[in-house]
Amino acid sequence: MINVENLCKEFGPKRAVNNVSFTVQRGEILGFLGPNGAGKSTTMRMITGFIPPTSGRVTVGGHDISEDPIPAKKLIGYLPESAPCYSDMTVHGFLSFTAEIRGLHGTKRTEAISRAVGLCFLENVLHQSVDTLSKGYRHRTCLAQALIHDPEVLVLDEPTDGLDPNQKHEIRLLLKRLGQTKAIIFSTHILEEVDAVCSRAIIIDRGQVVANGTPAELRARHELAGSVSLRVLGVASDLVRGKLNSLPGASKVRVETDSNAIFVRVFPRDRTINGDLARSIADLTTREGWKFEELRTEEGRLDEVFRSITLPDTAPKTN
Amino acid sequence: MNDSMRNIWTIAKRELSGYFNSPVAYVFIVIYLLLNGFFTFMLGGFFERGEANLNSFFTWHPWLYLFLVPAAGMRLWAEERRVGTLELLLTMPISAWQAIIGKFLASWVFLALSLALTFPVFVTVGYLGSPDYGAIITGYFGSLLLAGAYLAVTVMTSAMTRNQVISFILSIVICFFLILAGWEPVTGLLVRWAPEWLVSTVASLSVMPHFTSFSKGLIDLRAVGFFSSVIAFCLFSTSVILRGLRGA
Repeated sequence: MINVENLCKEFGPKRAVNNVSFTVQRGEILGFLGPNGAGKSTTMRMITGFIPPTSGRVTVGGHDISEDPIPAKKLIGYLPESAPCYSDMTVHGFLSFTAEIRGLHGTKRTEAISRAVGLCFLENVLHQSVDTLSKGYRHRTCLAQALIHDPEVLVLDEPTDGLDPNQKHEIRLLLKRLGQTKAIIFSTHILEEVDAVCSRAIIIDRGQVVANGTPAELRARHELAGSVSLRVLGVASDLVRGKLNSLPGASKVRVETDSNAIFVRVFPRDRTINGDLARSIADLTTREGWKFEELRTEEGRLDEVFRSITLPDTAPKTN
Repeated sequence: MNDSMRNIWTIAKRELSGYFNSPVAYVFIVIYLLLNGFFTFMLGGFFERGEANLNSFFTWHPWLYLFLVPAAGMRLWAEERRVGTLELLLTMPISAWQAIIGKFLASWVFLALSLALTFPVFVTVGYLGSPDYGAIITGYFGSLLLAGAYLAVTVMTSAMTRNQVISFILSIVICFFLILAGWEPVTGLLVRWAPEWLVSTVASLSVMPHFTSFSKGLIDLRAVGFFSSVIAFCLFSTSVILRGLRGA
């Protein structure tokens, strides 16, 4: 549905977005990650046709957003970063306006409004003026605006920003549900959100895509991903190391001894994360009669992967 | 109704309801009517003249509008830029043109409504004497065109900045220039160094001669053309400014 090819944007001498390409299919939820100022919002603004790209191409549902903007924009629901709303209107008036401009009239409009209001839990504030709303409600009003025409493509810039944990949870459930039939891009700083919602994630840093894959694939980039940690009691560490080293699936064993228990980390030969290595270690401990307190396969941690990929920009200078 | 008309209508309707959802509209109309009365009866000496026409009413409109029209139009784009709703508006399936025209028309209709509320002077002059109704109607028409031209200038300055006050002041300066352009001291400044054609071009930008022809009961096509061109030029500039904003 969304096709981004070699997208670049320059602001004066600064290149905010540099050669970004990706596609999002129907039924996919793409998480857009990156440090502040990485070019997430700029990319989204180009996808939605707010700003034209310096070079490159965006098509939405086959329509070029620069050359054929109206049909492309009809397919998109967009939540801008600051969730702007017309503050002099009531929530109902605002949604009614956006429905009308999306070509919904009469009963269709009434239905669309009540559907969007239901999805975003706005029943209580429907006739309240937007400028009297709390941040969370204003945010959801703007989200309701993006959903009003039941669009096939959703572009959401930080949809859970400013919401309380319960609301965040609801919005994530909503996105997951909508994502079954729509193409969704959303940006976020919250990494747990990526795990909870996305079918795929892109990490962008200083305007460039530095990683693109499923959350599991991204986690697998973690240096500890796939390794198995084991804590055993009352066995000599050399013995443990030797036995573990002889396992066919193990490539490296690192012993990190605690005072009265031995903590070992076993790295796998291949980095696919499955239970094989953990199972063979469990078999070994039963055979040897070791008592173990903990046996765990490390899945990798997104936040550390994120940090290692985008580090040079945010790390304090060490020299 | 085709799509673009419908979009313009939707935008205009929202903008117009924006005026009446806040006290702005009421404050504006009251001040507009009070000032109109003051100018017509006190400064213009409506009764002392003893003439059955509305010249003392229309004469002041270029000066009255100089402050009131920018006040009515300054928020049109500046507010959208400040709040960020511009991003929302321009990612809707409408063209920037439809948004510009919709906003302009909404404000113009609002100004026309304020102007229509001056009907008591019309009734008064009709009650007291037998005026030339033709001249009054063309006078109203001219006043409306004048307001439209000032408004188009304000729409343009409003798109230039996210600050309403700056938009207001810029608009006053430009409209003030449009009033003074044909005035002797201004052309006198140019005459000394500028070529003849430039002096006459600047002088022809003045709204005054074009406006006064209407209150004489004439619909001068050149005057209509003049106001229409000012409106068209300013709205076109607005579209260029908006495109520049997004490209920058």
